[in-house]
Order: sequence, then C-alpha cells, then structure tokens
Amino acid sequence: MAEVPATAKVVVIGAGIVGNSLVWHLANLGWRDIVQIDKGALPNPGGSTGHASNFIFPVDHSRENADITKDSVKQYKEMGVFTESGGFEVARSEERMEELRRRMSSAKAWGIEAELVSPAFVKEKVPFIEEDQIIGAFWSPTVGVVDSLRAGTIMRERALEAGALTVVPNVEVTDLDVEDGPHGQQRITRVHTTGGAIDAEYVVIACGVWSPKIGDMAGVRIPLTPAVHQMISVGPCPQLAEREGEISFPIIRDMDTLCYERQHGADMEVGSYAHRAILHEPEEIPSIDQAKLSPTEMPFTEEDFDPQLEQAFELMPELLGAEGAEIRYAINGLLSLTCDGNPILGESKVKGLWVAAAVWIKEGPGTGRAVAEWMTHGHSEIDVAHSDIARFYPHQERREHTRLRTSESFIKTYGIVHPSEQYESDRGQRLSPMHESEKELGAVFFEAVGWERPQWYASNADLLEVYGDAVMPRDNEWDSRWWSPIINAEHLRLREVAGIVDLTAFSMFDIVGPEALDVVQRTCVSQCDVAVGKVIYTPVLDAKGGFKSDLTVMRLGVDHFRVVTGGAHGKADEKTFRDQLPEGGSTTLTELTDEISTIGLWGPQARTILSSLTSDDVSHEGFGFGACREVDVQGITVLASRISYVGELGWELYVSFADAAALWSKLLDAGKPLGARPVGIGVYGTTGRIEKGYRAYGAELDGERSIIEVGMARPRVKAADFIGKEAYLKQRDASPETILCTLTVDDHTSASGVKRYMLGGEPILSLTGESLVNGHGHPAYVTTAGSAPSLGKHILMAFLPVDQAVIGNKLQVSYMEELYPVTVGSVDSTSLFDPSNDRIRA
Amino acid sequence: MSDVLVCIKRVPDSSGEVLLTADAQAVDGRYVGFTVSAHEDCAVELAIQTAAATGGTATALTLGAAEAVEQLRGALAVGCTAAVHVEADPSTFGPADVAREIAAVVRAHEAAGTTYDLILLGNDAADSGDFQVGIRLAYELGRPVVNGVSTVVVEGGEAVAEGDGPEGHETYRVPTPAVVTILEGGVEPRYPTIPGRMKAKKIEIEQRQPAHAPKGPSRVRLTLPPKQASNVQILGEGPSSAAAVVDLFGQLGVAR
Repeated sequence: MAEVPATAKVVVIGAGIVGNSLVWHLANLGWRDIVQIDKGALPNPGGSTGHASNFIFPVDHSRENADITKDSVKQYKEMGVFTESGGFEVARSEERMEELRRRMSSAKAWGIEAELVSPAFVKEKVPFIEEDQIIGAFWSPTVGVVDSLRAGTIMRERALEAGALTVVPNVEVTDLDVEDGPHGQQRITRVHTTGGAIDAEYVVIACGVWSPKIGDMAGVRIPLTPAVHQMISVGPCPQLAEREGEISFPIIRDMDTLCYERQHGADMEVGSYAHRAILHEPEEIPSIDQAKLSPTEMPFTEEDFDPQLEQAFELMPELLGAEGAEIRYAINGLLSLTCDGNPILGESKVKGLWVAAAVWIKEGPGTGRAVAEWMTHGHSEIDVAHSDIARFYPHQERREHTRLRTSESFIKTYGIVHPSEQYESDRGQRLSPMHESEKELGAVFFEAVGWERPQWYASNADLLEVYGDAVMPRDNEWDSRWWSPIINAEHLRLREVAGIVDLTAFSMFDIVGPEALDVVQRTCVSQCDVAVGKVIYTPVLDAKGGFKSDLTVMRLGVDHFRVVTGGAHGKADEKTFRDQLPEGGSTTLTELTDEISTIGLWGPQARTILSSLTSDDVSHEGFGFGACREVDVQGITVLASRISYVGELGWELYVSFADAAALWSKLLDAGKPLGARPVGIGVYGTTGRIEKGYRAYGAELDGERSIIEVGMARPRVKAADFIGKEAYLKQRDASPETILCTLTVDDHTSASGVKRYMLGGEPILSLTGESLVNGHGHPAYVTTAGSAPSLGKHILMAFLPVDQAVIGNKLQVSYMEELYPVTVGSVDSTSLFDPSNDRIRA
Repeated sequence: MSDVLVCIKRVPDSSGEVLLTADAQAVDGRYVGFTVSAHEDCAVELAIQTAAATGGTATALTLGAAEAVEQLRGALAVGCTAAVHVEADPSTFGPADVAREIAAVVRAHEAAGTTYDLILLGNDAADSGDFQVGIRLAYELGRPVVNGVSTVVVEGGEAVAEGDGPEGHETYRVPTPAVVTILEGGVEPRYPTIPGRMKAKKIEIEQRQPAHAPKGPSRVRLTLPPKQASNVQILGEGPSSAAAVVDLFGQLGVAR
C-alpha cells in the first residue's frame, strides 16, 4: 500500500460511495495529484456505504434529487453493478393511495416510468405477499439494486489507471491546518494524518457520519447527525433460495408501516423507519477495533424493532415464517441526516475546504460528478444549490437544531408530507421586531430559515365575508392543508386598498469600498453603474449562464451598495458576493440581516398612508419607481425603496430593528381608517407574485434555466464584464429549448364533483395525455401553483416546449391522477394581471 | 421426558478492543451491545434439543438487572418455553452467591412440582471468567457435575456428556438429576426466527427476588492484557495472491 505523500493538489478524505465517486470524476475532469485517504481498510472502510441496503427507487418528489438519482443509476449501469428488480410502494390505506397518486404526478413530471396497480398485480410479481393486507400499489419497474462497494472500487481503479490518484487506507485524520487570508477569510493548507502531513490546495470532507468531527478540526460546522436505521436479514427462505442471483423479486416498500422488504440472495432484508429516532454523536462512534462488526453497524436494539417485526410478518407470513428462516443479521446501521433532509455539499467558509456528506447510495455517483464539476468550473450540470453548505445560518449549525429536526423528520422518511408542511421543533429561533404585534393579530406563522413569518392573519377573517366566493375557498382537505382563504382575502384587500407586510426575513449585506462597483458589476447581470439612489433588480448567473440567484441592489453611495435578497438563499448569495471581493481588503462585505428589518407597504392607498406619516416628497414625480432614499417617518429614519414584488404602488421600507415595531404600528394605524391590513407571506410569496408573473428563485429560477428561457431578457446587455456573460450572449443568439409560461386552470371539477386545486409539481400534458418534453429532455411540470384572486383563476407556471408556448394553447394538468383543462395565458414575463404595469407606476 | 434448566448471563458482546467501565469492575458494552457467551448459546441449544428429544421442557434462568430480560427473550425466541429472572445487580454477586440463588430457584420449582433433570451452564462467563458457578451449584444441590463438555444427551436416567480433553475424546455418564457446564463447539446454536421472536414476546417471565443477601464477588478490579502488536501478514495484492490464500485456507482446514 502507498505511503502518505507530503503534498497533493487535493486530498479527498473518505472512501465511501461519495469519496470514491469524487476521485473518479475529478480525475475525469483532468485533476491530477489527487490523494484519497481513509481510516479504514479497503474496499469497505466501515462507513455507511458498507452496510447500505443499496436499492434505488428513482421517483422522489424533489426534481433535483430525482435528476441526481437518474444520473447515479446511469453511472452504476455503465459500471455493470446495477440489477433491475422493479419495486412497489404498497398502500394499506386510502390516504396512502392518494399519496401514491401524487407520486404518479412526480413520476410523470420527471419523466420516470411508473404505474398504479392492483394487489393482484403485486401478487403476481411477489407471490409471497399477503395481498389482502394492501389496497393498491405504485409500480416502479426501473427500481434496482447496486453493488456500491464494487462501484467504489471501480471508480478508484479508474482514477488510479489515469495516473491521477494515490490511495492510502488505514490512516486517520488527526488535524486540519488553515491560514488567515484577506477579509478574515481562512484557507485550508494541510491535512495531518497518523501517516504524516499532506500540504494541499484543496481538501474534501467526504466522511459521512464522521464529517462533523473532521469539519470541527478546521472550525467548519457540518450540521448532520449520525442516526440509526434498523435492519434485519432473515433466511434462508426457500422461496428465495431457489432463484439465481442476488435479487429476482421486486422490492416492497410497505409505506404505511414505514418499512421495506428487499431480497438479498436467499435472505429477506427488512429495514425500518418506524422506530424512534436514535441519534448518536460523531465523536461517540466506536473505532474499528472497538466495534463488533463495523463502526457504523451498531448493536441492534430489539425492542425498537419488535413492532415492525409483526407488521412485516403480516405482509409476508409464508416467507418470513418459513421453516429454517432465521434472523441471521440485525444492526442499528448508522446513516447521516440533516435538518432539512438535503445533503451538505460545496465549499465551506474555509477556502479550498469542500464538503460532500449526507448523501444516500442512490445519489452517490451523481453527487460525486456534480461536486467535481462544481470544484472544476464553479457550477454543475445538475443544480445542487439546495444542498449548498453555504445555506446554513448560525441557528442551523447548532447540533441541537439538527437533533431536534431529524428526530421530527425521521419518522416521516416514508411519511405523507405535504409540500407546505411546517416543522414543529426548535421554532421561534428568529423573531422579527413586530412579532408580539403579529401574535396579537392572530398570525399563523410559517418558518423561513429560522424566522417566524406570518403566512396569514386570523384577525383578517372578517374579510372572508366581505369578498365572499372571490376568496376561492377549497373543499378538499389536502388542497387546503397549510392554507387559508384568508390569504386570498388579504390579497384582494391589498389590491383594493393596501397591505403591510413583514419582510424581516430578507437577507441584507453592504458592499463598501473603492472596488464595490466592480464587485457588484462582476456578480450581477444588470447594469449596476447607476446613479446613487437607484434600485436594480438583477439576475446573478454562474459561468454557464444558469441562475445562481435573483436579487435587488441599491446604490446608496458612489462606493456603497446594499444587496437585499430572500432569506432562504441569503447565506449562499452572501458567499457569491464575498468570493468576488478583491484580496487587498479595502472593499468589505458587512452583513446587516439581523440589524435591519424590512416592511412592505403596497396598494393603491400606499402613498396616502406613507405621506400621512412624512413630510418628505413621496409623490410619483418626487419618488419615482426604482428610486431609493431615506425618508423621515415621524422621527424614524427609514430607507424607502420604490419597488414591488406584488405589482402595486408602494415601497420596501428598511428600518433598524430598534425602530421597526414603531414603524409597523404607525403604518397599521395610518392604514386602518382606509381599510389597509397586515398581509402575510401567502400573498407576498404566491398570489401577488404569480398574478404578476414574477419568477421565484428555487421554483422557476435555478442553475439549469437561462434568462432567455424564463423570459427575463432585457433589450441590451451591459458593456461591463460579469460572470456568465459569455454564456448569456450565446443564449441570446440561440433559440431557446423551453419557455416559461403562465397557464390558467379552466375547470377544477374532479370526477367526484369536488373542485381540486393543484399545489405545484404536477405534469402538464397535451390534450391527448402525452408528456410535453422540452429541448432539454425534461417533461413540463408546474413550478408554482396558486390562486390569482384578482383574476378569479388558479394559476400555474410551467416550462413548455417552444412549439407549445402559444397564448390560448389548450393543454391539461394531471392532479392526483385526474386531468383538468388549462390554457396558456402568457409566454413571457408579461403578467396576466395589469399587464401594462399601470398600478406599479401609479 | 426431561425438564432442563439453562442458566445464562447478560455480558457485553466481543470486539477487537475491549473497554472497561470507569470503575474497572466490568466490561463496557456501549459500543458492542449485550449478548450471552458462545458457551451459553450452545448450552441453550442443547437444552432445546434435549427437551425436544425427550418431550420435556427447557427453562432459561438469569440473575441480572432489568435489561437482562432481553437475554431471556433471546432464549425464548430460539425455543425455550419458560424463563426465570432473578432481578439483582450482578456486580454485587460473586460466583457462590449466584450458585446459591440458582439453587434456591431449583428448590422452589421442585417444591412446586418441577424437578430439573439437567441443569446446563456455560463453562465460564465471557466477562468475569469465574469458572465456578457450575461446580458450586452442584455442590449446593448435592448433584453430580461434568465440566467443560461440548454435547450432552439424556438417556434412561443418565446424562451422557462428551467433549474433547487433553488426552482425547472423553465420554461421561452421570445419573440425573445432574449439572453440566458446556464449552462451545459441539452444536451450532440457532438464530431466532420471526415467529419465534413474536412468540417470545408473549411468554410471561417469572420474576423473582434474590433469596439471600450476596456476600459479593470480592473483585478488586479487572485489568486488560497488554496490547498485542498487530501480527498482520500480507499475503499479496491482486489476483496473483489467490494461490497463497487457497494454501492458507487449506492449512486452516476451512477449505475443502
């Protein structure tokens, strides 16, 4: 075996599925002088890969996860380690059948073969199942199992053959050295191991459940927790033993009892997500010598599994009760869970120190490729921004947060999770200055990166009577879960009078210094060299011309810019700008998120309300659209910015935390006689926005979409250079592969007569029920769905193939396996409501 | 028809590196979990086989803390039909104390109408390694004892126990009722089945308190042997080393 070399271009710590995928993809992209180390022996160093059940169900409600999985399967197949078995998700209840219908939506939306089938269909393929226990199933014929250890060996060997890699097993990392750079930013320099130190430019932590412990060595928090997934193996079962090979029967996911049955040769593995969350600390995992089997195969706790045993037996009594079939293997296997269920990928706050952790077998090779591309080009083909390690705020880096959230989410692994479902644990971490007032107003709080944000206000319930059926009530429980018609009433009141919105969750930072203009010009697509006192809305691109973000920038001084962006993506945006700061240190980036609150004031009466509180000129002539400047609101200094995400006259008002509650009260009091109301994020984030055709990052905008495709191209491109410019210029000259359209639902009536309202993620189909595949090979699906109360319509946004993007085109949307007619209403960013933008410019 | 009593002890499972508790009075099982020794697994298997062969019963007994019920359930899951739990902190019980408590149960059951023709124990406990309970129990009950055998059958009023001794294969015949301590290797213990586990959950365990105050183990502390240097010999790398591996398997007698 090789010795630890003294230097390396990149050190990859970990030889599980992630580390192995990564070294191969780095080598494939031309990296050389790669060193891979692991404290265990090869090919199974003792991490989670070694005990994985290794099966892959390709359908996931998340598009990004489904795409990464698809890429992983392609790679596993190419390596010859994939065996297609097919798989069922079986339903024991009607509620689950409805969830499986929703599963069908995701399958069709991502273009994955699937079918809802009868118990008899399941019985034919899985003869030992007790079909009376189930009422139906979701059949996924492309489910399969992989040999993840063999795949790892193949990928390492390929990198070795390319002359790119040195592999050193059996050495443990003892420390990481970092050195200080400009702007207080640190850089990785060295990895200390039990086999000697390695000077390295890049280091990747791909250590699975141990990652937090390694990250801590460089002061980097990697918020994942080792969590137990219990598994037993029962055999030999005669029904399985008579078949050749590892797997010849489809895998069963018994969704309602939260377990699965997966054939492994003559044995049946039963894995469980039904037990209590059993969490460990990364520092408390035994060493290889201290462990009975491997460090991540912890002693089995029978009492946790016992209830599952009976449920599994119920479903397969003849097989699991067969003569001679014994429980030959039983473990509490450790895997990695995170507070939001997404992996942790990307460059940490320490330059050159990357992380790739909390990744499942089904996502391993795809993630390895994406991270390798990201390290090489600064972006990846499949967008993995939702997994960016930069996303975490300090409250999310607490181990307590991860423990509480994963304790809550573990039991939902196979659960029926509503797209708007809120966490219950560790709430109230970030409270806006208006929080007390909002509680008194009966706010229903949703969480955004720790902030408690009013989604709607119970105190506005009186408006339901005022607006009657115009609030578009929903009769179906699922459609109306985590929703209220009060949102639509608030919307109508905002359009009729005015609404006051707490936007404290906005992320905000200042860029100040002689190179400030260069920094924002290089980062943003829009022209930022504007007069002081102007607001710029701008896309932010990666080098291939995909969206990294969209945000606003205010020029507050010649050398002073303020960036305002959504809370969810604020931390990542901050890193994007920070990475552009020149080394000299004279231009700085300062976070203001927890110092400056934002209150939105919009509606036809917004000017009346604001002018009643200030003697400053807020007339259209004196304070035009796109302007920003300080105004004095009865003694409170407020930075007002005349922009709108809801398409109405009004301002975003930035105010210090100390003064925010007072400003809020003044606005409410001044608005009250006119009928203005506090309005929740239900309006701001969905109804107001989609009536105006405004796109949202994470829904319509991501790394796989271009400015052209989302219909946001401006007539001219600025002369100054910016990231993604070359790609963007090419996109402008080429014809788009897809076009973002706004559609309206023509009839909501389901077969049962109940009106149904789509929530997003549903496939858009032709009138004959065909999938509409765009030039990227992706079927059309709903990126955002929501009420448009001012239009009396339900609106859907979707990327359609170019030839289908025709106003008036009649199509269908599939929801819970029923079809509803829809019509294309807009094929660019022209809004269905107030298309000429008269209201915003009033 | 033979009624068999098999005595087991909850002990930490084995691993490469043994850890002791902070007070050095016990082996620390936090990473490896708990089990019974391999000797006792074989004793349980022999108890079940004897019960089945003679149409009798197999009862498992342990002296231990509340968690030791897990080990009794384990014995019930593989085929024991009854279980007795003498609930006590085992660290305060020496071998003589344990023998006396087992004897108390045997006598109590005898008074209630059940005489154990055969009492099986493991040759020694995996954690404390006292080697004493079987002999002390036989002395206490005034029964014959055979130590360190690997199989036992009951035939016409005799227990026939066999094992390999230093001089060769040994066979003992002792009249029942008798006490026999078992060394692993004579039988292949079975794993539990799912129906077995489910059945075991439903059997009511007889809960007892200790009959006497313990005198204690008189243990000062456990110590770990000095660490052995790794004696790994690398036979080779890649396909060319296959022949060396086959040779080694031949020498070890694991390849046919």
